[in-house]
Amino acid sequence: MKVPFSWLKEYVDIQVTAEELQEKLFSCGFEVEELIHLGGEISKVVVAEVTECEKVEGTHLYICQVNCGEYGEKIQIVTGAPNVYVGMHTPAALDGATLPGGVKIAAKPLKGIPSNGMMCSGEELGLNEDLYPGAEEYGLLDLPAETVPGTDIRDVVGLNDYIFDISVTANRPDCQSVLGIAREVAAVLGCELKMPATDYTVSDVTVPDLEIRVDAPDLCPRYLGHAVRNITVQESPRWMRRNLALCGLRSISNVVDITNYVLLEIGQPMHAFDMDQLQERKIIVRRAKDGEKIQTLDEKEFTLNPENLVICDGNRPVALAGIMGGLNSEITEKTTQLLFEAAKFARDNVRRTSRALGQSSDSSARFEKGISEYTTELGMARALHLIQELKCGEITASAFDCSAGAPREGKRFTASLRRINEILGIEVPAEEVLKILKRLNFEVIRDGDRLDVTAPRYREDIEVGEPDLAEEVIREYGYHHVVPTFLKSATVTSGGKTPEQLRRDRVARVMCAQGYNEVCTLSFYSESDLDLLKIPENAPERNVLRIRNPISVNLSVMRTLLAPSMLNIVVENLKKGNHEGRIFEISHVYLPGENGQMPEEKLHLGFAAFGDEEDFFTVKGSVEALGNVLGLRFAVERAEDVSYLHPGIAAYILCEGERIGVFGKLANEVTAELKLHKDSKANHKIFLGEIDYERMIAHAAVSVRYQPVSAYPPVIRDLALTVQEETTCGALMNEIIRACPSVSQVELFDLYRGEQIGEGKKSMAFKITFMPGDKALAPEDVDRFIKKILGNLKFKLGAEIR
Amino acid sequence: MEQRIKALREQMEQQIAQVNSKEKMANFWQSFLGKKGSIAELMKGLGTVAKEDRPAMGKVINDFKVQVEEQYNILSERMEQLELQARNRREAVDITMPAVRRPVGGLHPLTLVKNEIINVFSGMGFDVFEGPEIEDDDHNFTRLNVPKDHPSRDMQDTFYLEDDLLLRTQTSGGQIRVMDRQKPPIKVLVPGRVFRSDSDATHSPMFHQMEGLVVDKGITLCDLQGMLDQFVQQLFDADVRTRLRPSYFPFTEPSVEVDVSCFECGGKGCSLCKHTGWIEVLGGGVVHPHVLENCGIDPSVYSGIAFGIGIERITMLKYGINNIGLLFENDLRFLEQFKEA
Repeated sequence: MKVPFSWLKEYVDIQVTAEELQEKLFSCGFEVEELIHLGGEISKVVVAEVTECEKVEGTHLYICQVNCGEYGEKIQIVTGAPNVYVGMHTPAALDGATLPGGVKIAAKPLKGIPSNGMMCSGEELGLNEDLYPGAEEYGLLDLPAETVPGTDIRDVVGLNDYIFDISVTANRPDCQSVLGIAREVAAVLGCELKMPATDYTVSDVTVPDLEIRVDAPDLCPRYLGHAVRNITVQESPRWMRRNLALCGLRSISNVVDITNYVLLEIGQPMHAFDMDQLQERKIIVRRAKDGEKIQTLDEKEFTLNPENLVICDGNRPVALAGIMGGLNSEITEKTTQLLFEAAKFARDNVRRTSRALGQSSDSSARFEKGISEYTTELGMARALHLIQELKCGEITASAFDCSAGAPREGKRFTASLRRINEILGIEVPAEEVLKILKRLNFEVIRDGDRLDVTAPRYREDIEVGEPDLAEEVIREYGYHHVVPTFLKSATVTSGGKTPEQLRRDRVARVMCAQGYNEVCTLSFYSESDLDLLKIPENAPERNVLRIRNPISVNLSVMRTLLAPSMLNIVVENLKKGNHEGRIFEISHVYLPGENGQMPEEKLHLGFAAFGDEEDFFTVKGSVEALGNVLGLRFAVERAEDVSYLHPGIAAYILCEGERIGVFGKLANEVTAELKLHKDSKANHKIFLGEIDYERMIAHAAVSVRYQPVSAYPPVIRDLALTVQEETTCGALMNEIIRACPSVSQVELFDLYRGEQIGEGKKSMAFKITFMPGDKALAPEDVDRFIKKILGNLKFKLGAEIR
Repeated sequence: MEQRIKALREQMEQQIAQVNSKEKMANFWQSFLGKKGSIAELMKGLGTVAKEDRPAMGKVINDFKVQVEEQYNILSERMEQLELQARNRREAVDITMPAVRRPVGGLHPLTLVKNEIINVFSGMGFDVFEGPEIEDDDHNFTRLNVPKDHPSRDMQDTFYLEDDLLLRTQTSGGQIRVMDRQKPPIKVLVPGRVFRSDSDATHSPMFHQMEGLVVDKGITLCDLQGMLDQFVQQLFDADVRTRLRPSYFPFTEPSVEVDVSCFECGGKGCSLCKHTGWIEVLGGGVVHPHVLENCGIDPSVYSGIAFGIGIERITMLKYGINNIGLLFENDLRFLEQFKEA
């Protein structure tokens, strides 16, 4: 919201500086995002009176002597402007002056003739025709003769002014106007507010057959129309043009300017229809028909549907309600009679239509935030007053007021002074509360602790009594009065994370200890991410929740797997030249609910490892470490059917026989499609894993019980076996453990293939640890165990001792 | 005889000076103390000495023997020292050679900051509750007193899955879920992911918030500031202060924006605080009575305060990160900088 300082001063006698007012506004809830000093960049530019002027023959230059009052009564300045004349008053930028855009002026000769500055045009000072008449004329700015030489030019042309760019919170749509801010300024400074004039006289003429009807009162709770005739379309007065210009609007014509002026000043979007263009002299406010079309003032055409509210004449839409008028009923130079519209439209409907059509305006911005009917009434009255003040039309007796019946008075409620203070936690004196509320235009009658309150009509945000009043009081009284207390009356509670949350932290730390860095990836991705991983069309992971209004197709489905996110991060890192790394994330995947249930959010642990030093077994090691910390023993099972993993280098993770996850090397066919340099070796060493976190945790040990440790030393024996190539290490180890309860650990320490053993065979050497029980193990005990183990291995797996 | 001993002593001193190896050590021993060594020889020669002189001469020989042995022991100790030194020299490594290790990973900076915030509030007795990320309109808006026609319901801000199913835009919905299942006293934090359809240099469509809620008897705006003072002092610096200023959230009334005095410049004004001396860190307020009523809590008996912290914002402030995108790029060179001390 842009509010000019000078415009505010029309309503409030402000005795503080712009900076002081900025502080005041900030303290009462209106942050000034930017305080713009209009002539802030201008210095040492003063009024100069040209006392002598001599043309330099053979050039376009004039040597002038100028009187700049206290800066010197005879200063020589050379100019090339053809409109210079003796006696002219014009701005002169003296030696050392600055101009908008950081332009610096210094005394220096022009074509060898000494010149002590520069005389300026209006545009050089940042002026335009609306801010100062004549500013856009070619040549020097011709100032009135009564201007005093040596005066700061900013005071003369109105550039010693400020614009407050104020951010207004969503609960205060009543402050989307100069008047709205002026009300707050008056309250916070404790000054009186001078209301803009809204009186006007109505002629006894009515417009025959004019009819206004609202068919959709839910979307248009109030609609005011007033006919004005004998319009003379002409230029607006200076003061109006200036105020519009300060707010960044260009003057168009008096009638159009009045609608814009009321929008900025009162906050009521106005519209003016050329009455002669309204077919059947009718205005009907209704939902658009499916496929109905309108061309708005900016010549864009829109196809509408019943979700859009339109203003129609007898046959066709003439305005897109609250957003923009139609081209077909636009005010032109030929307009002789018009119909003013001031209305309140439902804010969510304006917003939805504006978004759906991609069409917005200053009007729609205000309607979206909300307009009170008080503002609607005030806006219409102000517009009619301005018609009269500008003498540009005759206000007819044809006035229309369609109302859905909202009360025409402020909200009334009772409140307790004690409760207001209880909310704040401090004691604001009663007189102070009353004074503040009065300044904010609340009517209050006090009876002891009880306050009977009537809120101002424009304060539609006030609803529940004490909390609202507490906020009003404290923002005026000052937040510095709040005395910090540390929950002095609150019950003592224990607090902290739940055991489950703490365990998740531990799992994360174990992953870190294994060299994995935690990543944070978006919860949504694209179906093409699933395509890349070759997830089959009928796989459960394809049953995704879709975002109806995604930012882009890349972020359009809720993820059902973390693997694509992990792979994306790996690829991005490889592209950046990070050739190795380990990453993980514990995060949700999202599955559609069945039979109308809420969707399911399941925690997954996703991880990836890449780089030259990684292989299946380095990753397997980290998976086992994870299990170890959780008190779990993981087994593996070959995973040949995971679309994105190498069928020969992938494993399901089994916990007590249940599949809880999978990990393995990225499938060759997926690797081949990655957008990476083909020659990078790291490309071929990408490992991905994903664990159903909750399923894993379900197996985790609830509590730890101490197991007695044997007092006797373990016995270690090595065993080298020759087996068929197909026999797996896991099978041998399982069999060794199963054969003898005293075996506490089996470790493979050598693998050999070669001529000595023969084709199709391999030799595997294990280190077997036997743990004694309540007495020491004798060598013959161990011999017996070994015999048993060998017997079983030979019988079940055909293993021979080597 | 004495002449002989004197000559031998001189010989011994000469030899000692020359011993520089184990071999020479052994030779030394052999030549003096061995079976056929000089001392044995002297002892044999004792027979030729006059009888009455024998004891005295025997003592002289013995003294000489003790002397040789002492010398030998000193020598032997020195030899061991020399050898150890030589061995140590042989075994010494170039300690500037690269280490052999698997680097340890780290938690994401957002997790570190989230945990830090939780730690501070845990100490004040706050529980931690994690609500669903996919919410219905009721929990995300309606029961939080967001009017049906409020701008924040607009499609522009909220990701919808179905008419009544959306990705939560704020962790505030957690307040409702907590108050539905628990009656006062309540002190709870609700950390988590939130989603808004905003994506530019300063916004990510997914980010993290931490909601805080206290509901009990006699809770006031003063408590909000007092509690947040504690929080920011623990999180940033013991000297920082908070400043409240008016703001608006549908679920609190009064609503406040909370600034902290700049911990970089101490409030004097610097580029971090944009020369204002204050940094905006979070929003909060006194819980709106409608919200309490919506959860079956009587606002005439209980009152509450609530606040919402943007975890990204705190993380960026804390670590001096100037672009929110870095937090989601997951470049390892970025992530590896955040280790817990």
